[in-house]
Parts: sequence; C-alpha cells; structure tokens
Amino acid sequence: MFMLGPIGFTAPLLLLALIALPILWLILRAIPPAPIRRRFPGVALLLGLTDDESQTDRTPWWLLLLRMLAAALIILGFAGPVLNPQVERDGTGPLLIVMDGTWADARDWPRRLDRVEGLLDEASRAGRTVAVIRLTDLPAGDLPFQAAESWSSRLNNLTPYPWEPDTDTVTAWAEALDGNFETFWMSDGLNRDHRDPVLSALEARGTVTVFESPRPVLALRPARFEDGVVKLTAIRAVPGVERAVTVTARGLDPSGVERALATAEMTFEADATEAELDLSLPPELRNRVTRFELTGIRSAGAVTLTDDALKRREVAMIAGTSDREGLELLSPLHYLRQALVPTADIIDGTLGDVLLANPDAIIFADVANVTETEQDALLDWLDQGGLLLRFAGPRLAASDVSRREEDPLMPIRLREGGRTVGGAMSWGEPKALQPFAEDSPFYGLGIPEEVAVTAQVMAQPGPELSERVIAALVDGTPLVTRKRIGDGQVILFHVTANAEWSSLPLSGLYVSMLERMAISTRPSNPTAEELQGTTWTPQEVLDGFGTARDAGTLPGVAGEDLAGGQLGPDLAPGLYAGEDRSIAVNVARDDTTLSPTSWPARIVVEGLALARETVLKGYALTFALMLLAVDMIASLFLSGRLRGPRGGIAAVLALFLLMPQGADAQDQDDALALSATSEVVLAHVVTGDGRLDDLAFAGLTGLSETLRRRTSIEPAEPLAVNLETDELAFFPFLYWPISEAQPIPSSDAYAKLNRYLRSGGMILFDTRDANVGRFGSGTPEGRKLQQLARPLDVPALEPIPSDHVLTRTFYLLQDFPGRYASRDVWVEAAPADAEQVEGMPFRNLNDGVTPVVIGGNDWASAWAVDRTGGAMFPVGRGYAGERQREIANRFGVNLIMHVLTGNYKSDQVHVPALLDRLGQ
Amino acid sequence: MSDASQSGLTQTGPRLRSRSEALAGTMPPLLADAERLASTVVLGAHGRRRSGMGDEFWQYRPMAHGDEARMIDWRRSAKSDVHFIKEKEWQAAQSVLIWVDDSQSMAFTGDKNRATKSDRARLLALAMSVLLVRGGERVGLSTIGQAPRSGPVQLVRIAEALTSDRDSGDYGVPQTTGLPFQSRAIFISDFMGDMAPVEAAMAKAADRGVRGAMLQVLDPMEESFPFDGRTIFESMGGSLRHETLKAGDLKTRYLDRLAERKGRLTALTQQAAWQFDTHHTDGSAQAALLWLYRATERMH
Repeated sequence: MFMLGPIGFTAPLLLLALIALPILWLILRAIPPAPIRRRFPGVALLLGLTDDESQTDRTPWWLLLLRMLAAALIILGFAGPVLNPQVERDGTGPLLIVMDGTWADARDWPRRLDRVEGLLDEASRAGRTVAVIRLTDLPAGDLPFQAAESWSSRLNNLTPYPWEPDTDTVTAWAEALDGNFETFWMSDGLNRDHRDPVLSALEARGTVTVFESPRPVLALRPARFEDGVVKLTAIRAVPGVERAVTVTARGLDPSGVERALATAEMTFEADATEAELDLSLPPELRNRVTRFELTGIRSAGAVTLTDDALKRREVAMIAGTSDREGLELLSPLHYLRQALVPTADIIDGTLGDVLLANPDAIIFADVANVTETEQDALLDWLDQGGLLLRFAGPRLAASDVSRREEDPLMPIRLREGGRTVGGAMSWGEPKALQPFAEDSPFYGLGIPEEVAVTAQVMAQPGPELSERVIAALVDGTPLVTRKRIGDGQVILFHVTANAEWSSLPLSGLYVSMLERMAISTRPSNPTAEELQGTTWTPQEVLDGFGTARDAGTLPGVAGEDLAGGQLGPDLAPGLYAGEDRSIAVNVARDDTTLSPTSWPARIVVEGLALARETVLKGYALTFALMLLAVDMIASLFLSGRLRGPRGGIAAVLALFLLMPQGADAQDQDDALALSATSEVVLAHVVTGDGRLDDLAFAGLTGLSETLRRRTSIEPAEPLAVNLETDELAFFPFLYWPISEAQPIPSSDAYAKLNRYLRSGGMILFDTRDANVGRFGSGTPEGRKLQQLARPLDVPALEPIPSDHVLTRTFYLLQDFPGRYASRDVWVEAAPADAEQVEGMPFRNLNDGVTPVVIGGNDWASAWAVDRTGGAMFPVGRGYAGERQREIANRFGVNLIMHVLTGNYKSDQVHVPALLDRLGQ
Repeated sequence: MSDASQSGLTQTGPRLRSRSEALAGTMPPLLADAERLASTVVLGAHGRRRSGMGDEFWQYRPMAHGDEARMIDWRRSAKSDVHFIKEKEWQAAQSVLIWVDDSQSMAFTGDKNRATKSDRARLLALAMSVLLVRGGERVGLSTIGQAPRSGPVQLVRIAEALTSDRDSGDYGVPQTTGLPFQSRAIFISDFMGDMAPVEAAMAKAADRGVRGAMLQVLDPMEESFPFDGRTIFESMGGSLRHETLKAGDLKTRYLDRLAERKGRLTALTQQAAWQFDTHHTDGSAQAALLWLYRATERMH
C-alpha cells in the first residue's frame, strides 16, 4: 500500500491523474461561462454594438481553484485514501501474552483487552497459537497455548485483581518456563521487583515486546484523622505536569442511600509524586464516610476504604458527685477525660439530654441511682447497641443498688460494703491483675506491674457470675464485669474512675482497655502485635476496579496477617470486621510509593493505542460535491443569473440545495397549538378508522354547534388528535370512540395520556355498543376498551350516581342517552366519606372533575350533524327519538360544562336555586 | 402575459369550434375592460366646433351673398330687419382607423405579473374604439381591411379582430390599406423594428391628408435594460440575435439608441402634425387613454 504520512491509498495509480490538473486548468481557463439566452425585443437596437472589453470570457482564478480542488478531491477520493491503515505484524511460532492484571491495569482495562484482541486477531491470521496469562493469576502447569480464536471468546472474562503479583512466585514461575515463544507483555506501568528476573527469563524464550499505556497511574493512600481534619494523600508514579484530581467521599446518607458526601480537589505539583488534601468534615458527615475515591479513575488503587479509624465515638460522661472546685485531680472524670479527649467526642450534660444525642457510650462514674424514666430510656438505648460503662465508688458502695436482686443497669449483684486491701487498717498487699482470659475482650493486653487495686466493690457470687467476669484480680475477685442487654452491654469497673481506689487509671492499660471496649478510637494502623490472636471476617472486598462487593463466604483472616501481610488471593483489600470494630485493608498503604517502569533499551515498548482504519473516500467525495455546489452558486452569480429578474428564485433554489431542511414539523406543531389554544376546542382521538373518525368529528361539530347556540361556550371547529404526535395539554376534553381495530398507543402516548388525566383533562370513552351489550360485558369494543385503558391512570369508577354533578351542570338530567339509551355510564367513584346531609337532595361532593366518563351510548352519532346542520343519524322513533336526541345534546352540554367549570355546580351555594327548580 | 392574449396566440389551425370558444372566453373581458376604461373618460361636448350638417344648433349668422333663400331662418329673421341663417353644428362622423401592432415583439413582458405590451395596446385600442363609437364616430381596425364603421356591432367586430391571432413577424409594420382620405389614424406599437416602413406609412398617411396619433408602448425593462453578464439577446421570434459578453456595458449605448429612436418618431410625427407619446406597461392605462382621447380631439 502506498503511504503518505498516516494516509495510505488502495489505488495509488489513480493519483497519476493529478498530473492532468494543470491541463484541466488551462482548458477551464479558456472556456468562458455559458451565456444566458434572453428574449428581448430591444435587441433590434442592440445590433451592431460591440463589447468594450472581453473581461468575463475568462473564468476568475478563485472559481478555477475551486474547480481544481474539487477535481483533485475526486481523484484523491477514488484513489481510496485510508487513514491509519492496518500494518500487519509478522511473526511465527507460539505467542505468549502476559498481562500484569493488577489494580493499576484496571484504569484502562477495556483498552488493554482491545489491544490484546487486536494482537489475537493478528495471531489468528498468522495461524499462531497463543497463551494469555495474568501474573496475578498464574496458570498451574504448562502454558495454555491454544488457538487465538478460543482466547478471543474468553477475553472478556479476564479481570484485573486488586493486588500485585508476588515477586517470589512469579520469578520462580518464569524461570521454570521452557520452549520457545514470542512474548507480548502488557505492562501496567509500575516498577516491581519481579520485572527484571521475569524479563530475562522471557527473553531467553524469544523476543519480548512491551505494551504500556502512557496514562499516569494514581493511587490513594488511606485516610488519616489528624488535628480535626481528614488527611488524604494521593500518589502517582511519574512526576512531570501539574495535575488536579478530585476526591469524592462516599457514604450512606440518612436515608441509607449511598451517595457522594463531599468532593474536593487536590493538586500534584509539577515535580511532585504526592498530593495532599486536608478535608474538614463535620463529625456527623465524617462518621458516615465509608470510602474515599479519586473521581473518574476506575481502579482499586484509587479507592481507600475507611474503618473505625475515622469514626469518632461520642461519649457522654456523668459523675455521681458534683465536681468540687479546685480538686481537679480528685474529680472522678478527670482521668477519663484525659484518656478520651484525643480520640473521642465528649458530650456533657444531664442524662436526659445526652440520651437524646444518642451517644455511642455513656460513662457513669460512681452513679448509684437513676430515676425510673431515665432507667427505661437507658434500657431502650442499650437495647439498640449502647454501651454503658460504670465505675464504682463510695456512693455505689454505700447505696443498696443491686444488692438483693440484680439491678437492670448493673451486670451483677454486689455485696454490702466492699473491701479494702493493703491499707493502713487492713491485712494483705494491694492486689495486682490476673492475665486476661482468652474470651475476654482485653485478651492480649500486657499487664503493667505497677497496677494495683487497693479497694473495690465485691460481686455477689452467683451462677452467672463467672461468665460475666472479663477481668479479675490475682486472687480471683472480679475487677471488671459485663452483661449484655439486647445489642448493647453494661460494663462495671469495680474500682473508681480516678486513682482513689487503684492505680489503674494512671497506667497505659487503662487507655488500652477503653480502646478495646471501643469507647475511644484506635490508632489507624494496628500493629501485628496488637492484633495478635484475633480473627477477622471480611465484610466487603474490593475487586480490581475498586468496586466493593459483599464478601460472601470468604474465610476469616488472622489479625497478624491483616496488619502486615501482603495482599493476595488470601487477603483481598476490603473491610474486615472483628468483635466490635472493623479494619479496612487498602491497596495503597501509608508507605506505598509508586515508581515507573524502566525497560532496557533493547525492549520495544509500544503504546496501547489501537489506530482504527478510517476510509476517507466518502469524506473526500462529499467535500468535492460540496465544492461543486459552491461552484454552481458562484457560476450563477458570475453569469448574472443571481441578479436578473429570476435571480431570486435561482438563489433560493441554490440555497435550498445546500441547506438542510426540517422547519416544517415545528411550524405544524405551532399551528396546532395556536388553533387549539386561541379558542375552546373539542377534540376526538384519531382511531385510524376513517369512518369512525369522521363520525366523531361530525358529532363534536354538532355538539359545538349546540353549545354555541345554547350556552356561553363558543367552541371553534373540533380537532382530530393523534395521540402519538400531538400535544394533548391544549384540549380540555377528548372524545375517544372505541373501535375494535384501533392500535394500542405507544408507551410514550400513554405517558402523555396519564399526564393529561392527572392534570385535569377528561376523556369520554364511548364503546358504542349499548344496543348489544351492557357495560363490562364481553363485546369486542368492551374488551378493546379494557385493553386500551389498562395502562391508564384511571381512578376507581362507579355508575354515575343520581346526585352526580353531571346531572345539573347546565340542564337537570337523569339519563344520559346517546343514540342508544343505556343507563350504564361510569364516572370516578365518589369519596367513601361523602355522606348525604339530612334535607339536602345531594351529597356534598366538592372535589374533583371526573377524569373519565365511560359509556356505550354512541353519543357522537346522536350529536352528529352534516354540513347543512341536519342530524346525520336517526335516533329512536318519531317524537320520542327526537326527545332522546335532545337529551343527548343536553348531556353533551352538561359534560362540557362539567369539564370547563369543574364542580362549580356541586357547590352547595346553588342548592336553593336548584331546589326551587326541582320544585321542592 | 394574461390568459386572454395567450389563448389567442396559441390558437392556430382551423379548429373553428375551439377558436370560437376561446374567443367567447377572452372577448368579453377585453370588451368589458375597454368599456370600463372608456367610462372613466368624461365625454365632453364632442362637436366639431364648426358649422355644418348636424342636429345641434350652432349659430345664427346674417345672410350673406350666395346663401340660398331656403336656408333663412324665418323665425329668427322676423325679430329683426336682417335675414338670419340658422347654422347647425357640423356633426359629420369622423373615420378613425386604428392600427395595433400584433407582432411577436409586442408579446414581451419583463415580469409575469405585468401585462404584455400587446395586451395593453389592444386594451387601449378597444377602449378608444368604445369611446369613439359612443361619440358617434366611425372606427375601423386596419387589420380588418374594411372601411371604418360606427355602431356597437363594429365594436364586437373590432374586439373579435383584436383577440384573434394572426401569424405575424417579429416587428410590426403599420398597415395603411383602406385608410380613407382626410380620416384620422391611431398607430399603437412599440416601434422597435425597422423605421423605414413606419416612415413610408407616415408619408402615405400624410399624402392622404390623414392626421392622427402615434403611441409607443414599452415595457419598463426595455427602458431600464437591467441585464448583466454574458448574454445572448434574441428577438421574440428569434429572427434577430445579439451576443454580448458584458451586457451591463451595453446599457448606456442602448439607452442612447432608444432615446434616438424616440426622437426620430417625435420628429416624424411633428412633420406630419401628428401626436406622439410613449406609454409604459407599468403605468396606468387610463392616462394613456386620456392622452389618446385628447390627441384625437386635437386632430380637428
């Protein structure tokens, strides 16, 4: 194929015709524009006159250029230009396509697959066998070399994993390869330890070509909470240009729907690989955040899940004794406050107030009694997962709370008094703590030696005591007891919250115990030691694209793995839940950095861009045609035909040739809107049955005539309305005759109809079958009506009651005959609570115009008039028939009055006048 | 081009029935138009302003030598000593011969909303005929070939002749056959063709003591020459053609030639004591009719 830059030609020989262009130029220059023939009697006077100059016999240069260009384009077009023609890649033997398959691949995974597909196509054309593997999911055994087509069909099932390949495994695998094959390596662009050994192992088997996307790799480190703000750090592999990225905080809103709670922008400086953002969020919002993500980047690396580290507990503290001024260190809450202020939000106030704030935990420091109301409220709160932490103290010891029987707010019964050990007046040493039992929440915490207890309240022994003890002194007396109430729990420290009874509040153990009880927030990065011995179950895990999925039945993970283990099939990034807290494992850790790949110079690195073949022939020829059209106008102009007597027409025609059309529909719509809105217009639905449509039109014409003669309504000529194309909102009233053959309207038309009915329109359905069947019986029209009305938003119906407003909007009517006199006319049912007041002739139904009136009396036939104003169809016989027609007309008048005036006549104001008319 | 003239021109061959139908279709409008136009001209006293044979009283004059005795008006003479002779106003009808150019060049119109020159010319001719017939004159059409006659039937005959089509040349030649001595003539044409026949006709008319009026009917486009670009101009019949590369350049020279043509016509008419005027088809026909009427009045 002949190539000119990125454009190739399928028939390059045709380009030789371009040589002929200068000749064409000369020929065209010599031929003057064609003359116009004009009939003109004055020619007799012109005879013998000669032209002064022969200027226009040469075509102007720009017109020539235009024609040359058109000719050149035509030649080029037929020479078959192709943009980015596919150049075949040659090669033989087996082909290995290695994909990294990491989270960094995910950002442009579809493009990678496209590229792989392109490579597979080529391989299939060359008849090569192919193996496609991901380094994150190495095949067991030999390389699966198969026909390229079989890979093509499986390609879409390949997805990236949210972790990176394990260096040792991959290196070992690569070195174990044998046989000769060519390798295409789709790299994700990040440098890793395994790159070099794997590359050399692959090169030993054949040539290696690397495909790499130049798009930058971005990742988001876990969010930290420091100094009252959420700190976010984004990292990238390649510095260079300044770039702004948007971070979105996602979480559940109060109604439980996940949405973006906050967005902010962070900027990479030109030479920086890190960008930082301080996000200040209100605590309420912050506690809702479940994940941060870099907007627009679909990769697990761009997502960081948040765990309890971001959540600040709300803790309410209530002391039994009022603070004594000046004695800070003796305050029962002092040590608690010191321990909790850095990591929790503390709520102060009375018990009633703080319960309203629904805190995560309430701490009672030496509080003995609460009122019954407060107790009930506390129990409710506990049921819903509250944590009540009680500390003993002199007051509790002196009270009789939970002595005889267990207090609901105490985990155990207490013995009178309590005990003091190691004091001046007692025997024995102050007691130290026993190591925590395995089922204790404090299991694993080290016990400092200096912690000693000098006084405590004593638990009353009982059958349930042993299971409620979660910490005990060396002599076995319970120090901390716990009872579960609903989803919540009550925990009692048998010592004071201050250092009066023990040195516990002075030690670090105190803070750790508070943390374990999930009262205070833990540091964001638990160490392996901290998590020693715990097991964590995955709640949700991320896939390679950063989408969170329910973890399902994935097995639990040991705490030490969670803290420091490498991500892999056994430890997917996600949210892991322990006993009473959760830990997020993210793709990017706090210390993760990204570095770009550096391939040796001998390796060919190609981009992912898959240039598409674009055939330019059509464009070239279209453009040539446009030029010729311009040339036509220009020639007309030059020869004076745009200026002569008929020039206007020529110009308009020429413009029409060039201009797209389509102002018609708009005009038509406007015309309909104008004709429908400048006056009251009755309308009928086009059924597609020409005879029926004519009948409906004639009927509405007759009704309009009647209205004009008898009432102040003066309708214009009726209109036929096509449900599919016409706007309905202009019409107060639609007459819809039902025919068996009419098509079911489209869903758009139904949407329009429902909007029409809801916004106050009325449709009169007429099945025109009252002579053969009753309403609801299975006449063809009746069945068709049911079919038509099913998607309609029609309210409950009832046969028209004798006190319906339709009976008195203009005429007083009892019957509603059309051409047939059936009493089956149905309207919207009256509200259930409408009651007839004693002495009133009708109920007070003061609301709503019925959106539908359904009957089968063939009203249109009764109303119909021909062009001379005479009735078109006979109704009944003789005088009785004429009377029936009259009543039918009156029904029409009443109906339109009802449509236009609503329930005005239903107003009780008119009752006296109506009563008078009724002769009562 | 109006429907009337078109149907008239396109009727060829001896299909009598269709021709007569076309005639019936076109003649009444033309006649009606002409009568409506004629009615706008107020008929003043159309006497000859001299004594002669007639019904109207003209003057009493004393009897002069040579007057016959039977000419004496005794009633008037009895009031005085002199014999008076009662003279009547001379009311002998004039013969007016109208020539309407029916050549193809007259079928030109520059705008399809405008009547052709031929239409206007025929309308004026017939309206003039109506006026003259009402005034009791004898009117004839040179193309009929009969001597001028008076009476409404002559009007019908003229209308018929005007609406019938004839094969004619590109440019009209005045027809003077049957032009009575001392009669009046009206020539209506565009006078675009050769001037020699016109001059010959004028000379012949002058020889016969005929006076009259010459009305040149022109289309506005013939006056403005709004053409440009490479153009081939053809006469209506196609006998003459002229090709130019820049029609716009010819405008001034064309207008000069047109003015010269008008000048020649004016000079020609002045020599023969005729009247000459130019009428444009976009102007009002009534003005042209008034001018014609005045011109024929002045002929006496």
